[in-house]
Amino acid sequence: MDWRALTVSLQLAVFTCLLLIPIGLWLGRTLATRRFRGKALCEAAVALPLVMPPTVLGFYLMLAFGVEAPFGALWQRLTGSGLNFTFSGILLASLVVNLPFAVQPIQRAFEGVPSNVREAAWCCGLSPWQTFARIELPLVWPGLISALALTFAHTLGEFGVILMVGGSIDGETRTLAISIYDRVQAFDEAGAGIMSAILLAVSFVTIGVVYGLARRGRGLHV
Amino acid sequence: MSEPSSPPQGLEVRLQQAGPIPLAADFHCAPGELLALVGPSGGGKTTLLRAIAGLYRPERGSIRCAGETWFDAEGGVCLSPQRRRIGLVFQDYALFPHLTAQANVMAAMDHVPRGERAARASRWLAQVRLEGLEGRYPAALSGGQRQRVAVARALAREPRALLLDEPFSAVDQVTRRRLQRELAQLREMIDIPIMLVTHDLEEAAALADRLCVLHAGETLQSGTAEALFRRPVSPQVARLLDKHNVFEGQALRGNDGQSGVQWGPYRLTAELPANVASGDQLHWYVPPSDVVLHRRARPSRGERENPVHGWVSEMIVLGGIAQVTLSFAHTRDSLRFEIATHAARRNGLSRGEPVGVSLLAAGLHVMPDAGPRRLSEGQHEGPGLD
Repeated sequence: MDWRALTVSLQLAVFTCLLLIPIGLWLGRTLATRRFRGKALCEAAVALPLVMPPTVLGFYLMLAFGVEAPFGALWQRLTGSGLNFTFSGILLASLVVNLPFAVQPIQRAFEGVPSNVREAAWCCGLSPWQTFARIELPLVWPGLISALALTFAHTLGEFGVILMVGGSIDGETRTLAISIYDRVQAFDEAGAGIMSAILLAVSFVTIGVVYGLARRGRGLHV
Repeated sequence: MSEPSSPPQGLEVRLQQAGPIPLAADFHCAPGELLALVGPSGGGKTTLLRAIAGLYRPERGSIRCAGETWFDAEGGVCLSPQRRRIGLVFQDYALFPHLTAQANVMAAMDHVPRGERAARASRWLAQVRLEGLEGRYPAALSGGQRQRVAVARALAREPRALLLDEPFSAVDQVTRRRLQRELAQLREMIDIPIMLVTHDLEEAAALADRLCVLHAGETLQSGTAEALFRRPVSPQVARLLDKHNVFEGQALRGNDGQSGVQWGPYRLTAELPANVASGDQLHWYVPPSDVVLHRRARPSRGERENPVHGWVSEMIVLGGIAQVTLSFAHTRDSLRFEIATHAARRNGLSRGEPVGVSLLAAGLHVMPDAGPRRLSEGQHEGPGLD
């Protein structure tokens, strides 16, 4: 059993969720409530990782993260290290890959909040921030939980993009999914089986806990 | 009834906008007064209410309430809805679905010390007859109960003006009558301007002190229901108020000081506005209540007052009341009036029967054609309106 790979996988999933949920809240709410030029383009860009083959997306990210590319060079200058074959690299790649899983459920949830409920809150004297925290956030809670569950589970299972960007460096970029693949390549079916069962259990428990949270949230009265 | 040009209290609204939603509104609502904005759907009523609440920013004009400027396009003032302190009851109530009735009311109480909010919210809910339902969520409340929570929430804000956007449209007729009665009772407790948006003329006439007729964002006339229904300023207002007896005619002024209207072969006695000269084209209106049927069996002296003769082209019996439509040889326009069904039967009224009626001179209201379509404020409620 590759415990280090499990740790990398869990770290990657937790950090992806922590970073992506605020982004998803902001982007999802903006797309749901605002009208602006280029909105359709923006929505298409968010959805793109859903339809792109992971290896293609991974290939482009690998190019973008290279020190020859402007983004990779900027990162190198700011942090002193490269992105390819590092945990930071696979975390960034994971953020891009999971963007639609975080944004879309939240966007749909915000679209389900009637605009006059928001306006009623303003008329009650609640500031835009209070309206967000006390009225909108509880109402989009089920969407937020869905986004969290999808992002977490998808990150645990992501394979192609992580392999392209991170390779399979022990303790750094080798996630459980990649470790399973390595074991199968080495004809260690028993090892692969244990890790697959663990991944399945972790995914199942996570989703169960998350959906339990959603049920206990205030969405029930909506 | 005349309006002061800059009232120190109450709600004063003057808004203009060319588009996308045209606005040309000019009215005042005094503290404690209930002003109903009436007009057809899509006439800009809700937009006007949203502009007052600060949810819509018009191009030009001003909104003042209780001596405070909420909006002044020229001065660049536009207070947020939070700072206007208004109570707004939305058409579909817009309750917060994840909060109980009590928490909904408490949400409008940020100005109240935290410890007092729950008790005060309960008092407001008791005020609208919802004691015992504080813990219910909106989904578990009936339409009428939701409306009451919305009213309690609007009042809990201790607003400077109360705005009601078609508050009775989403409930059944029985509940509507009950809620209307409750609003009339509630009015006695509050001394702020109340604006009611409705397309229901009966509701407006029953609840409001004054009505303001709105069409395409333009305030055409305001006054008491009685004044508006008897003396509309234009054929358009008459039409918007669902009044049918509008006819074309010519002004008559005799040397003996007598004035009237020439309507086909008839010379009708009527008072003419000062700005109307003999021979001017005009429209005139007579309320159905001022049409008196000539009794066939027993002619009376009253028949000398503006008698006209036609035939019954339609008679619709609605319970105890018969709606009679008369047609005339000289015009395609028809005259409607109502009469007790038993009286219609006693007089042998039926389709095709020739009938004589008197148009009471006191009720005959002349609307000059040349007059401006939109009257300035002074003329809005000029002589004869109230």
